[in-house]
Amino acid sequence: MTAPLFSVGQSVRIVDRTPRVHHRVPAYAKGQVGVIERVCRLHGEPEKFIRGDGKPTQRLYRVRIAQNGLWDNYAGSDGDDLDIEIFEHWLEPME
Amino acid sequence: MSKSWGPHDIGGQEGGPIDLSEHDTAHWEWQIDAMVRLALSKGLISDFAELRDGIEQLTQEDYDSCTYYERWAKSLAFALISRGVISEQQLADQIDTVRARQEAGSPT
Amino acid sequence: MTDHDKEHDHARTFQPDHQEPTSDSARVGLALRELLIEAGHYTAEEEQEVIAAMQGASPENGGRIVARAWIDAAYKERLLGDGASAIRELGFELEPYEFTVMENTDSVHNVIVCTLCSCYPRSLLGMSPAWYKSKDYRSRVVREPRSVLAEFGVELSDNIDVRVHDSTAELRYMILPQRPAGTDDWSEEQLAALITRDSLIGTQRVLRSE
Repeated sequence: MTAPLFSVGQSVRIVDRTPRVHHRVPAYAKGQVGVIERVCRLHGEPEKFIRGDGKPTQRLYRVRIAQNGLWDNYAGSDGDDLDIEIFEHWLEPME
Repeated sequence: MSKSWGPHDIGGQEGGPIDLSEHDTAHWEWQIDAMVRLALSKGLISDFAELRDGIEQLTQEDYDSCTYYERWAKSLAFALISRGVISEQQLADQIDTVRARQEAGSPT
Repeated sequence: MTDHDKEHDHARTFQPDHQEPTSDSARVGLALRELLIEAGHYTAEEEQEVIAAMQGASPENGGRIVARAWIDAAYKERLLGDGASAIRELGFELEPYEFTVMENTDSVHNVIVCTLCSCYPRSLLGMSPAWYKSKDYRSRVVREPRSVLAEFGVELSDNIDVRVHDSTAELRYMILPQRPAGTDDWSEEQLAALITRDSLIGTQRVLRSE
């Protein structure tokens, strides 16, 4: 079992890139900074599924992003946040 | 904000008031849903991701003008043609058959 | 294919009691279905079984899970810690997805969306509502959740934080709504009957105990 690279509470950045294949990172999340809220299980990478390789080899995480940092003129509380599932290969540690 | 990757990648974009009306699922829609599930369980396609991929490759116009189940149908058709389960010609011919039947009205 | 064969296959696949859609796009689906059945990839009977199973799922399933969590504090803890295992105790299964339950509290209101397509735990909540699949909901609820929630009649004061969950990968979500006041001596069945689909998605916060 592969050990997770990231741990709960760690600050991470979601990589800002656009591979020319099916991937499950919304545009609004790319390049954003958040905190690991949960370490999830191993799953198959969406980018590989369409090549028939659905082996569950990639760690999934939930990343919590503050809404007031994500959107211009966000209308809500400073405590509002957005949680999103991101695979390990889409995350970089923040120093 | 990073550029949207496809017609499906819409989180954070502008939108209108939410239409809250309830719609019963039509019989044909259940059939499309079942067809997708059976295509997976019978191994005609290998993963749901193939269907999402097909939908993401629709043109913006197709994506916007099609209903939810129409998108699934188009995506599944594309996947099955790509995999050689059916041919484009077979599908075109069958669509003509469906159209002819519908235009002729219900059979007695 | 001979005329006889065509008639036979047609009889197997045509259903005169149901309205057929006539858009070009919907005809793709109808035609595809007929081709697959005629080629023997599946049967109309198998189709009917799959449809019956889908139609058997409803928010009542989610309601049972919530009622159990309200009644049994230890179950609630297990549900919040590992939703996939906890629902198995009640006979539900959502593998390979990770079923994840989010608890509403006095200070947090949760709401679910799948911005990229419309992922939804159908076997636990039944068919997703049309609005959940709509572009307006998917695009707006991540960016302006409070005004979207207001359209559903959910008004939240500033001391309640809103947390949006975008179901972007392999998790599937359900909200655990707050138990309404005045239900302390209610049975599990009575509690389960209170729970609505929208409260499990997050577009309803307050459940009526009347």
